Amino acid sequence: MDLFEYQARDLFAKHDVPVLAGEVIDTPEAARAATERLGGKSVVKAQVKVGGRGKAGGVKLAATPDEAVARATDILGMDIKGHTVHKVMIAETAPEILEEYYVSFLLDRANRTFLSIASVEGGVEIEEVAASRPEAVAKTPIDANEGVTEEKAREIVAAAKFPAEVADKVVNVLVTLWKTFIEEDALLVEVNPLAKVASGDVIALDGKVSLDENAEFRQPEHEALQDKAAANPLEAAAKEKNLNYVKLDGEVGIIGNGAGLVMSTLDVVAYAGEAHGGVKPANFLDIGGGASAAVMANGLEIILGDPDVKSVFVNVFGGITACDEVANGIVQALKLLEDRGEDVTKPLVVRLDGNNAELGRQILSDANHPLVQRVDTMDGAADKAAELAAAK
Amino acid sequence: MAIFLNKDSKVIVQGMTGATGMKHTKLMLADGTNIVGGVNPRKAGTSVDIDGTEIPVFGTVAEAIEKTGANVSVLFVPPAFAKAAVVEAIDAEIPLAVVITEGIAVHDSAAFYAYAVSQGNKTRIIGPNCPGLITPGQSNAGIIPGDITKPGRIGLVSKSGTLTYQMMYELRDIGFSSAVGIGGDPVIGTTHIDALAAFEADPDTDLIVMIGEIGGDAEERAAAFIKENVTKPVVGYVAGFTAPEGKTMGHAGAIVSGSSGTAAAKKEALEAAGVKVGKTPTETAKLARELLAG
Repeated sequence: MDLFEYQARDLFAKHDVPVLAGEVIDTPEAARAATERLGGKSVVKAQVKVGGRGKAGGVKLAATPDEAVARATDILGMDIKGHTVHKVMIAETAPEILEEYYVSFLLDRANRTFLSIASVEGGVEIEEVAASRPEAVAKTPIDANEGVTEEKAREIVAAAKFPAEVADKVVNVLVTLWKTFIEEDALLVEVNPLAKVASGDVIALDGKVSLDENAEFRQPEHEALQDKAAANPLEAAAKEKNLNYVKLDGEVGIIGNGAGLVMSTLDVVAYAGEAHGGVKPANFLDIGGGASAAVMANGLEIILGDPDVKSVFVNVFGGITACDEVANGIVQALKLLEDRGEDVTKPLVVRLDGNNAELGRQILSDANHPLVQRVDTMDGAADKAAELAAAK
Repeated sequence: MAIFLNKDSKVIVQGMTGATGMKHTKLMLADGTNIVGGVNPRKAGTSVDIDGTEIPVFGTVAEAIEKTGANVSVLFVPPAFAKAAVVEAIDAEIPLAVVITEGIAVHDSAAFYAYAVSQGNKTRIIGPNCPGLITPGQSNAGIIPGDITKPGRIGLVSKSGTLTYQMMYELRDIGFSSAVGIGGDPVIGTTHIDALAAFEADPDTDLIVMIGEIGGDAEERAAAFIKENVTKPVVGYVAGFTAPEGKTMGHAGAIVSGSSGTAAAKKEALEAAGVKVGKTPTETAKLARELLAG
């Protein structure tokens, strides 16, 4: 889960990373009081989870509370690279900036460890610095069990060649930033720019944080950081039901068991769709291993509630779960939805394979539901589902 | 021969006495797995009757090893306790720990992987968030259904459980030496490369099927490894061509970030290494058949 800048700022502050004061607002008028609290001037910063805000006009100085209201009026509702601005942060204006650095900690998947990236050439995209001047970017592996001690932080400072006069301050930033990384179960904590200001202080002026959703069991406060307003309503409804669902932009609704098989199903439907007017998968939905009738019904309800869906492809491989149970689940789910008064009119193509497939197929044949068609191979069923979606 | 697991493997189950642990211990036993014990400190000294087989419960992994000579542990421990359980297995120096648990925080996985390395890599970790591995006809350590296929000469390594089953099913008439589900998390203990190296060295494996998915660059690195080190034919499949950028697709590790981790890049890298890559699981199975037929 990627956070907004203001959420990153709050987490940094919580773990003693030096930051400027700031608060988030969502109406222009609120910019006035927030700016007054900061002594009468502020920086109005669009809160969007995409880079390049400054260039897009999403970051403006305000010399007075009135000006802050005007700038917030301009920025709220603005579109930045497809992201609508719903919130702005009213931040303390930075003292004169003398130098801009970069520091981050992240999960290094390839090496299965954590990594520190640091550079004295911050303020721009670190990827650009790494590409043009790789010698200016210091990458230091961090042992997950040893972490970043003061000694390790000094090693990073030396590797990135920070000037001696800021060394102690950058060490402090690194140690507190590491604390943020560990205590918040983050996948990424990034400060860019880390600014040396006229007073000699070193301050995190902007930051990015991405959190591990698997750690929510021990991070109860993280749920409140979710951007519920931006979530697709179908995705939000699916999440309420503990379904693993991602909305896509096609026409064929997909239900399957197992993340890999469902991803594969999307691809197979997209290939099949090439022969049927370019229809595509409408969603990712993994109902997991033990697809009970209730889970199947919840899944079907989400898919059938998507106005973009023209046909549905249920692709199940019976592993431990037997296909006769899955078939019963589908039949019961349809009945459940009809009993609930749901509008069940979209055609379903069902492919069952694996454990007890013959029994499962027989159950579907016997039920003889007018909307359900059985196709017994994955590629064949994908083709049928695409054809039905294209015909609608 | 097979890889990592064979008829001589003595298997213990950490988290055996929970509902999931019991269910799968029963299934593993039915597949002929030599299950020699379970581990649960609160039930140490008791035993569990599973379909007429008495399975003793030990207080620690070390005790289980001492009493039974166990050399494989399968873990069905909930996410909050998984790190401690894996660390215990590493401390007991069990040669193979198969972590089935889904939903482990990545800081925990990174910590137990680093710990295994710091202790001299005496414990091979498979997973987490994986279906485990099976050597058909010999032993089954995890949740892969034992009755999909028979012993044969194809080696299979996959990030995905259900695609493992699908592929075993497609090629069930030919059979498998071993099938290894390495898991879909960002940090896993055994990689495609580890399994490829083991299959390359296994005299009972003639052809390798490798299944990947979006996220990270494990498939690209596997492609480079194949080019340099694998002489046996390899057939590949990659899932997630239609996955949008920035969305996690079910598996915690299955995410395209910016332009990295895409299925297209993985397919390209594999093909450049001489691997035949199927467009669908069925087509991938067909490619394997053609290569085996010569």
